[in-house]
Amino acid sequence: MEFVEAVLLTVITASTPLLLAASGELVVERAGVLNLGVEGMMIVGGACGFAGAYLTGSIAIGALCGILAGAALSAVFAAVTLGLAANQVASGLALTILGVGLSGLIGAGYVGQKIDGAGHLYIPYVTDIPLIGKVIFGENAFVYFSIALLIGIWYFLYRTRAGLILRAVGDNHASAHALGYPVLRIRMLAVLFGGACAGLGGAYLPLAYTPFWVSGMTAGRGWIALALVVFASWLPFRLMVGAYLFGGITILQLHAQATGLGIPSQLMSSLPYLATILVLVAISWVRGRRGSPAPASLGLAFVPDR
Amino acid sequence: MADAALAIASAPDKPVQPDELPLLEAVGVTKLYGHFVANDSIDLEIWPAEVHALLGENGAGKSTLVKMIYGLLQRSAGEFRWQGEPIELPGPAAARAHGIGMVFQHFSLFEQLTVAENVALGLDNVPLAGLDERVAEVSRNYGLPLDPKREVWRLSVGERQRIEIVRCLLQDPKLLILDEPTSVLTPQEAEQLFRTLRVLRKEGRAILYISHKLEEVRALCDTATILRGGKVIATCDPRAETAQSLASMMVGGEVGAVRSDGQKKLGNPRLVVRNLNVTPDDPHGVKLDGITFELAAGEILGLAGVAGNGQDELFAALSGEVLADNADVIRIDNRDAGRMSITERRRLGAAFVPEERLGHATAPRFKLSDNVLITGHAASPMVRRGFINRAQARAFVDRITKAYDVRKAKRDPEAASLSGGNLQKFVVGREILREPRLLIVSQPTWGVDAGAAAAIRQAIIDLAARGAAVLVMSQDLDELYEIADRLVVICAGRLSAPRQTRRADRGEIGMLMAGVGMKGAGHAARA
Repeated sequence: MEFVEAVLLTVITASTPLLLAASGELVVERAGVLNLGVEGMMIVGGACGFAGAYLTGSIAIGALCGILAGAALSAVFAAVTLGLAANQVASGLALTILGVGLSGLIGAGYVGQKIDGAGHLYIPYVTDIPLIGKVIFGENAFVYFSIALLIGIWYFLYRTRAGLILRAVGDNHASAHALGYPVLRIRMLAVLFGGACAGLGGAYLPLAYTPFWVSGMTAGRGWIALALVVFASWLPFRLMVGAYLFGGITILQLHAQATGLGIPSQLMSSLPYLATILVLVAISWVRGRRGSPAPASLGLAFVPDR
Repeated sequence: MADAALAIASAPDKPVQPDELPLLEAVGVTKLYGHFVANDSIDLEIWPAEVHALLGENGAGKSTLVKMIYGLLQRSAGEFRWQGEPIELPGPAAARAHGIGMVFQHFSLFEQLTVAENVALGLDNVPLAGLDERVAEVSRNYGLPLDPKREVWRLSVGERQRIEIVRCLLQDPKLLILDEPTSVLTPQEAEQLFRTLRVLRKEGRAILYISHKLEEVRALCDTATILRGGKVIATCDPRAETAQSLASMMVGGEVGAVRSDGQKKLGNPRLVVRNLNVTPDDPHGVKLDGITFELAAGEILGLAGVAGNGQDELFAALSGEVLADNADVIRIDNRDAGRMSITERRRLGAAFVPEERLGHATAPRFKLSDNVLITGHAASPMVRRGFINRAQARAFVDRITKAYDVRKAKRDPEAASLSGGNLQKFVVGREILREPRLLIVSQPTWGVDAGAAAAIRQAIIDLAARGAAVLVMSQDLDELYEIADRLVVICAGRLSAPRQTRRADRGEIGMLMAGVGMKGAGHAARA
């Protein structure tokens, strides 16, 4: 009983940064932009978030710093890929390298420092319900926010006019332009939003997951977030399922090692990626002539004619 | 918006009001791209309850003009007036606000979205709730059946066009622009469209109808404005004109200088095509129907026709990009070539210059020395035992440059960096310098300035004089009259009987291009 509760709790805490970062990237890719710099934006968000929280003593200000840092880095990406129509893949990879370097610089003075991590919700009696009490009513604010964010994104994409326009821009930017929609401005806003989400996802790590800073703290979570978006075939609720699944696999792999199962840990850590490949194969199998579920303009530069 | 939909629903009863002012007026509208004049001081009046045709060949400036009216392009000079008042059209939203709607030639649809979502994207400030019902209602009222919940990728071309039209109608437009709407439709779908358009006219809406199908325009339109080379050539009542007179206005009435050199001595047939039938993979493609002709050594055969009547398909079948069903329907130098690959046909001495310079004739980001290898690898000393001789390739680029005066910034730039005319000279030169025995060339002087065009035409004439057989596909009738010995016309995938150019009447050729007098034709131009 207590073991199951512990696993559930760790799965949720491990999944939340993935969910935050992937939610943002989902919106970016729905607008037709492929930003491979998630890892870089996450880690800069983490370093700035920790610095902000350490200097002010406020987790909220730390989170805000993470959001702003992620957005600032994504603004560089937007300027290069949208303003100058540079190759999105190369720019995104460069952004990750830049972010990893920047985070080392920003976080250099904070290595080994500690802060008080984000507090957990506690409702008397309710949170004390065995098994599900702590899982549902005892999480930190980031967890609840990440779920609210995802529901908000779903509502935005499928129930609002602005969300429809954003999906249209990702599906066919030439048509969207022909109808008079400002393709580049919409994409820029999407990229900034994605950067903010990645920054928050990164800040979650030193503010809530493990309340100290070490360099290289994101440890590839940005890449998993990217894989998640594909895994979810760009659908918000499938993204949530995927995030908890991927988080769960990560945690199970730790527990599996602890119990001394004879499976190499490297194989276990590769499970999320194997799962992504399998899901992609399954999707194209099922969809047949419909082709890829990816936004049709994904990764393509758009230059309006005058 | 609900009101607008209601107005549409009850619109057929609305009385047509007489107006003293044209709905839309263009006064001296000019569009420049650098030094190129796409629209030269266009004057145009469109009246309410009028179907106004905009006629012209490809490149005449029709699309540029309507894009300015819809706010997609900004004019360089002149002014637009809406019901007498000067207006600015900075974007499509402004045009829609005035009551201008547009149905695009290449649909502006979103494949992964539903019909209703696609409609919503073309409307300004419309709530999504309840849109399904209104789309269904409007499509019913105008005989344009559509299921609002279906995703676009599941729909046929005709259904896709209906989405665009319904999208426009939901805005209750006063002026509806249709850019070559029937070019992608089956005859039955076209009939349905014409019925809808007549209803719209009865409701007092103006329609600007872009086309180059003359019979269609004569059947449907009240007024026609004819553009040629970016200028208004004439404004007339198409019902008072004949298809012949419209055709001659469209392609240029002045008879070009017919070749005066005497009877040429022609050699043996070098290309023989017998009953070539090709069904295209592309659902929008044109089916080639019993194409038959002969091309003798030393002869230049001109193939005239309005774009999209099977030229691309014929080029692909002759070059080997699409294989014929039987090897013997295409014979090159008495060898059955119908099932041969492009390279095998090149080894028989054939050379091909496709219409599209960048992406088809050349790889845009490749250097010129790489681009000469694209067609020259099969039969030239530039490639030996699979190894490329770069010095030879560059030397060949130099030869082309010298022979055809190709202007470029450095010795061996990327193909995409050349101007259109210079790249065309390079492509034509690349093939002619290989001394082919058979040359098939599409649009040899498309978008090329007069000097370069003359040089290219001269090169083709000289090649034929050296004994090669040449097939020239062109939409420029003047060009064909200048260089071709015989003319054939392609329309809806069928070929006319050949005519001696010197005896071919220009009006008659124009009629054949419009599908009039074509054997077994008539279905293409019925309206």
